[in-house]
Amino acid sequence: MSRQFLFDGQPVPFEDGQTILQAAHAAGHYIPHLCWHPDFPPHGSCKLCIVKVGGRHVSSCALPAKEGMEVESNTPEINGERRALLQMLFVEGNHFCPSCEKSGNCQLQALAYDLEMLTPRFNHFFPDRPVDASHRDMLLDFNRCIFCELCVRASRDVDGKNVFALTGRGIHKHLAVNAESGRLADTDFAADDLAANICPVGVILHKRVGFAVTIGKRKYDAKPIHTVALEEGE
Amino acid sequence: MDNAARDARRPKLRVATTSLAGCFGCHMSLLDIDERLFDLVELVDFDRSPLTDIKHCGPCDIGLIEGGVCNAENVHVLREFRRNCKILVAVGACSVNGGLPAQRNHLDVGACLQQVYQYREGVAGAQIPSDPELPLLLDKVRPIHEVVRVDYFVPGCPPSGDALWKFLTDLISGRTPRLSHPMLHYD
Amino acid sequence: MGRLDASQLAAQACTRNGGDATRLLQVLIDVQEKAGWLSAELISAVAAELGVPRVRVEGVAGFYSFLYTEPVGNYRVLFSDNITDRMLGAPELMDALCGKLWVERGKLSEDGLVSVDTTSCTGMCDQGPALLVNGRPLTRVDHRRVNQIAELIRRKEPLYAWPSELFRVDDNIRRRDALLGPDQRPGEALRAALTRGREDWLAQMRLSNLRGRGGAGFTTAVKWQACRDAAGADKVVVCNADEGEPGTFKDRVLLSSFADQVFEGMTLAAWAVGAQRGFLYLRGEYRYLLDHLQHVLARRRSAGLLGNAILGETGFDFDIDIHLGAGAYVCGEETALLESLEGKRGTPRIRPPFPVTHGYLGRPTVVNNVETLAKTTLIALHGGEAFAATGTAQSTGTKLLSISGDCAYPGIYEYPFGVSIEHVLEDCGASDVQAVQVGGASGMTLASYEFHRRIAFEDVPTAGAFMIFDSSRDMFEVARNFVHFFAHESCGFCTPCRVGTSLLDNYMNKLASGYGAKMDLADIEWINRLLRQSSHCGLGSSAPNAVVDALVKFRPAFERHLRNLDFEPAFDLNAALAGARTAAGRDDPGAFLDREQETTR
Repeated sequence: MSRQFLFDGQPVPFEDGQTILQAAHAAGHYIPHLCWHPDFPPHGSCKLCIVKVGGRHVSSCALPAKEGMEVESNTPEINGERRALLQMLFVEGNHFCPSCEKSGNCQLQALAYDLEMLTPRFNHFFPDRPVDASHRDMLLDFNRCIFCELCVRASRDVDGKNVFALTGRGIHKHLAVNAESGRLADTDFAADDLAANICPVGVILHKRVGFAVTIGKRKYDAKPIHTVALEEGE
Repeated sequence: MDNAARDARRPKLRVATTSLAGCFGCHMSLLDIDERLFDLVELVDFDRSPLTDIKHCGPCDIGLIEGGVCNAENVHVLREFRRNCKILVAVGACSVNGGLPAQRNHLDVGACLQQVYQYREGVAGAQIPSDPELPLLLDKVRPIHEVVRVDYFVPGCPPSGDALWKFLTDLISGRTPRLSHPMLHYD
Repeated sequence: MGRLDASQLAAQACTRNGGDATRLLQVLIDVQEKAGWLSAELISAVAAELGVPRVRVEGVAGFYSFLYTEPVGNYRVLFSDNITDRMLGAPELMDALCGKLWVERGKLSEDGLVSVDTTSCTGMCDQGPALLVNGRPLTRVDHRRVNQIAELIRRKEPLYAWPSELFRVDDNIRRRDALLGPDQRPGEALRAALTRGREDWLAQMRLSNLRGRGGAGFTTAVKWQACRDAAGADKVVVCNADEGEPGTFKDRVLLSSFADQVFEGMTLAAWAVGAQRGFLYLRGEYRYLLDHLQHVLARRRSAGLLGNAILGETGFDFDIDIHLGAGAYVCGEETALLESLEGKRGTPRIRPPFPVTHGYLGRPTVVNNVETLAKTTLIALHGGEAFAATGTAQSTGTKLLSISGDCAYPGIYEYPFGVSIEHVLEDCGASDVQAVQVGGASGMTLASYEFHRRIAFEDVPTAGAFMIFDSSRDMFEVARNFVHFFAHESCGFCTPCRVGTSLLDNYMNKLASGYGAKMDLADIEWINRLLRQSSHCGLGSSAPNAVVDALVKFRPAFERHLRNLDFEPAFDLNAALAGARTAAGRDDPGAFLDREQETTR
């Protein structure tokens, strides 16, 4: 007999080792997330995937499912908290969607649409984060970084290159590249690296392909992220 | 009950609109509600607005603000709206998060003025304009919610005519306005 | 420094650390002690020497407050910024020193001689105001000492030639009980445990019901048993001496004067769980204790209390390494500490799995607080039942309190658990007390109507800090100091803590500068809730504690800072025009914004 837990009152089956998020997605229930990626171990930094289990908040990407758990996810309370986490990410960086090539394909933006975020609410930090356009094929716009470390993990664990890492601490934390000059051009980064194609927001961009698809006709323009994610297993 | 009777029971709301550090794109979008403009003017009267050319805002039910706050005059206008409007609405990306003008925020405003008026090629010997008629620039462009209390937000660059129509009709009829996919856009 | 010098320095430091990449943090500390700061060339050289990606080294170098990736002065003065130091006048003293040295706070002096800045609590609250000069603690700073320090720096007097009185650190033990009272001979407790045999030793630990003294209060025997039962032969015992909680300094005293008990406790833990490797993770602020601790370790090795076949027991092999921290409070969180021990950024791990099964380098690991380990020697000597006879049923034994703030006799007090707050206040000579902060910045703020409450896991739990505030203190400023601390110390891993603590800091600063509005209090309460519920580790979830308590118990202290009952901008609009005003050379009325005349609705 397969084991199951309750997800917003619906029974969800799971296998040993599956996290709440994995089992929920497999059963067709979307849980918002930014730093989680199906091909990587859980990271647990964005906290968008928080759910309540037995009255306690946990990261559903990291917590293994257990028989008989009662998980609350799509509730006004938790969605309100998720919206506030998004607002924190929006005021922390410089997220000007109208001038961003990733607009419409951006998971941060799509999630903010899905959770009906109408305002960043808090006061903006307006940090000064210069872009790095030194590389022949790739552009880094640090203004949009949400510190999911997917590029760090992809470059280290898949590409075997260690092009990226985080440095600094707290609100001063930032992405660094593997070169004494600090310039992407002086690394062995390549446009076909996984790390070059995994950024959920608009930090790591390919040059010379901007706006190939017009605004309004992009991935999350057509369908909300909760539909896209389940259809495409993201 | 016919429309006329219903409208007679509900007094018309007074609406003011303005653009601060914006491009009037959001106002253009308001015009994009097309023939629904006729329905709108049945429901509201316009106070200060580029549509009426009234220069100062009187007591209003709803104030719609396009654009962020980039200079002293923007602050005066925004405060006038806040004082006079029961409900203040941030309309469009610039009003909601500073938008395109806020992309100067990492630059020093003094250096910026010097660069533009004194050091740029072809302007040798020129001065930074100092006419009191000109509003001074703030060090950073701010979304309006960082300068006054704001009640509602309609993001988008600009928000579509449909989104504005949905928002206004919700608001006018007393429903909490809701914009969801596909009407909610930041670009 | 040239690239050649950098390579040489890096090579030497790496050799001293066995070329071991898990000792990256130790290598960086070592290199910096020679070079002063970590230049881009040095970082590249260390990376090359250890065979790790450069960016990883840069990531680690950027994480710790005491590692510098920008040039620093020959003299680096860091004033302890805990609220107790501030109450003793630290801010004015720092300003005075800056004035005398012609240096701006946080900036390197033009001649590259000196920099003056603040740092998180240095654990000298009983003899503050304190500062660190090139990492060495200097206590009891007053204006006379400021003059003296300024003169020594101006004369470029090397640190070793400074009067040793400046660096005197007292234990200030004011009340002794089971642990601090009787003398223990090194090896005595260990012998007793070996005589009992391993099973009985663990049984005594269970009987004692000893709970972790680091604050969380997890039952030590359960932790040890779990580690012992975990698969894997190469088990590890870690002593958490990263005493960073503001207002706490009991571990400083234990390490200074009771180091044998601490190391003996580690060895007792190793005997119980079957570990061969031990680490003491010493906070960077206590670097001055390193030589002393190394000396104690050496003595214990030659006495057969460490090394192979300890006390002649075949197969009981255990030794201890000391690792230094470098200014990161979060490393007191046990999984962040393990990351740091492995030479990484101190980012807390996802749990489960817990360290008892997957700890240091994935091995089963016990992480215990300094005081917890020292206490185990009492259990070995006198048995679990005797230990459990003091304290309360749920909180057995004694607790060391680090008492500071407004009282006549600050210092270390050892009490059986269950002692009331008012009893402690009477003993330390505190009067007209408005509030007590128990457990440090992450602890509880108790108002006078709660002083009947008791120090115990089941009532007022604490890692040991006990800071006293008399009625002259502004409890808003107390909360603001703690909020600032957490914003500075957040590792930045998870969204709520990274952004939330900085937002809170900004709101508190807004209130402090007189721009507060009622709406801000609502925002503060909302951020508090998010921090508590969605943070990745205890740092984030306890960061708002002081504000939450203060808003409940001392709300008028906040309301006094409000300008408006509705809304005020967080910044000065008129000041925001200054740049353009100067550039345009204007002073007409339109060039100013008056905040009074146009209040918002």
